Amino acid sequence: MDALIASGLPTKKDERYKYTDIAAALEPDFGLNLSRLPLSFDPRQTYRCRVPGLGSRVHYVVGDSVAESNVIVDDGRLFVGPMVEFAQRYPDLFRAYYNKVEGDSLTALNTMLVQDGIVIRVAKGCKVDDLLQIVNLSVGNVPMLANRRQLIIMEQGAEASILCCNHSATGCNNLATEVVEGYLANGSHLQYYSVEETSDNCNLLNTTAFMQHEGSNLEYGSITLNSGLLRRSVKIEFDGSNAQTTVSGLVLAHGTSHIDNNLLVAHNAPLCRSDILYKYVLDGSSTGAFAGKVLVNAQAQKTDSQETNANLCVSPSARMFTQPMLEIYADDVKCNHGSTVGQLDDTALFYMAQRGITPEEGRLLLQQSFAWDVLQRIDLLPLRQRLIHMVEERFRRGIGACGDCVMCGGNEI
Amino acid sequence: MLEIRNIHASVEGKEILKGINLTVKAGEVHVLMGPNGSGKSTLSNVIVGNPQYTVTAGTITFNGRDLLAMPPEDRSHEGIFMSYQQPVEIPGVSMNNFMRAAVNAKRKYQGLPPIGGGDFLKMVKEKRELVGLDADLTRRSVNEGFSGGEKKRNEIFQMAMLEPQLAILDETDSGLDVDALRIVAEGFNRLRTPQTAAICITHYQRMLDYIKPDIVHVMLDGRIMRTGGPDLAYRIESEGFDWLKETTPNS
Ligand SMILES: Nc1ncnc2c1ncn2[C@@H]1O[C@H](COP(=O)(O)OP(=O)(O)O)[C@@H](O)[C@H]1O
Ligand SMILES: [Mg+2]
Repeated sequence: MDALIASGLPTKKDERYKYTDIAAALEPDFGLNLSRLPLSFDPRQTYRCRVPGLGSRVHYVVGDSVAESNVIVDDGRLFVGPMVEFAQRYPDLFRAYYNKVEGDSLTALNTMLVQDGIVIRVAKGCKVDDLLQIVNLSVGNVPMLANRRQLIIMEQGAEASILCCNHSATGCNNLATEVVEGYLANGSHLQYYSVEETSDNCNLLNTTAFMQHEGSNLEYGSITLNSGLLRRSVKIEFDGSNAQTTVSGLVLAHGTSHIDNNLLVAHNAPLCRSDILYKYVLDGSSTGAFAGKVLVNAQAQKTDSQETNANLCVSPSARMFTQPMLEIYADDVKCNHGSTVGQLDDTALFYMAQRGITPEEGRLLLQQSFAWDVLQRIDLLPLRQRLIHMVEERFRRGIGACGDCVMCGGNEI
Repeated sequence: MLEIRNIHASVEGKEILKGINLTVKAGEVHVLMGPNGSGKSTLSNVIVGNPQYTVTAGTITFNGRDLLAMPPEDRSHEGIFMSYQQPVEIPGVSMNNFMRAAVNAKRKYQGLPPIGGGDFLKMVKEKRELVGLDADLTRRSVNEGFSGGEKKRNEIFQMAMLEPQLAILDETDSGLDVDALRIVAEGFNRLRTPQTAAICITHYQRMLDYIKPDIVHVMLDGRIMRTGGPDLAYRIESEGFDWLKETTPNS
């Protein structure tokens, strides 16, 4: 609370928030579920979110409550369960890892209001084969503010894949703050993907921080298929040498949605690699923003970094702001960065029409192919195929075409 | 099959076609010659409905139907194909996906279900062999990184896939070496039937030796100045176009 009062909420004058008006997002009079009302439905029945070809353990977070129907996993190798439970069972671990991110006032707001969250801890040397899925549901028949939290602890040499699916089960305006903290100990390997498939009245302010130690490997991706205002502030820090990260972002925006990705990759150790690719396809009068900074500190010799942001504005009223940045204090590094903003190619569309492909189909093909290489970066094949399918469905059927989401739409691949 | 009557067309407000008349019947191969800038590509683009070109007067019918009222994709479905002078690159869209979309769009127009995966691949292989296109190229993005010759061969491959009734070849022979020209021309000849027709734009006799045209037209400054038999092409080859400038256009 003190931190929040001291710094105040971010304004557009803050460099990292210049594209998103946080005060406006927080302005509505939101309800908070302080009395811990129980759920009125079982999300397990409604949101199945399966990935064919992968065993998965699904954990539901409804609003800001961890669903009671979740089965807590705690077998010594792996813990997946509510934060409150984890804090009781492993108080030392909890104290060592929780809320260690150096966050801004939004993190402080979340820390003050958060009631529970999900902890995933993979013990030393353990490899989790099943996909760990977290389904976040926005709920409420009045405008709600939900504050949710994730803590991910990958111990030495641990391996796991996590998929977060954010959905909406409400027609009401709502806002979620979300803080994700992840620790990758030496030699650990984490794939973390987050899919946003909510609605235009769902707003999310996310702060994500990953700390990577020696030889660890992080594959981080966020895929936005449908959302209102969405801001992701992602910080990845290399604290040990020979670590690497692949950061991928795909944004499909329409209507008046506003999607802002703010990324900071800090190389504080030598011989680390970061490979960043964000692509936006903006339709309607949506707004996209990307600010990605790669910071190479003096001790981070032999850094290898590639940062690309490519954007496609498919409607004349869509707008994109892009700002890839590189700040280098070491001399022996290999770093590249660049960005492009383009429109659909009319010459290509006519070429396709001459071959019989309708303009609608041609536009789909061009947009899908634009998105293609982001999805190709997903290492886990069944997950990649599932996400490709979701993106195709999103392009083909538009948004809100099925009762809940494209993931659960019964369209098995 | 194709009836072009008094077509006037402009691009960016400038009149390029100044009254074109042309009739193409089933089984015929027409050759269109003329100096650069005389409007040959413009005429091709008007036939296929490129929106960059505005038709200001005249009519075009295809099998009795008003072609100018149809969107470009329907003209394609009705059986008109244009091999581009400069084929377009489409990064990210694979040749296979592109052709599958084209084949299925046509099938949908004809009231047929989408083609099965196995049938499609069989068809690709067969047509690919017809024009000697490398298997690897159908897996790559459309025309991206193709050599000039590969792009032209790829146009004839697409023609083979879509089996048009009327094919317009806009300088498909330009930039091809002798062997590539032979392969492309033989591929084209194999696709000919008594029910199909073609308009072939070329500057070169060697293409004519392969495709054996029935009728030759010479265009000058947006008009067809002379129409004749294959011997007209030989006269152009030896004497150029200047002698035509003194004559009056045929109607
Ligand atoms: N897309 C276009 N934009 C502007 N001018 C064009 C375009 N296409 C053709 N033209 C002009 O129209 C005239 C005829 O061109 P074109 O039809 O390409 O002739 P040809 O194919 O006989 O060489 C030229 O003066 C050319 O500059
Ligand atoms: Mg031309």
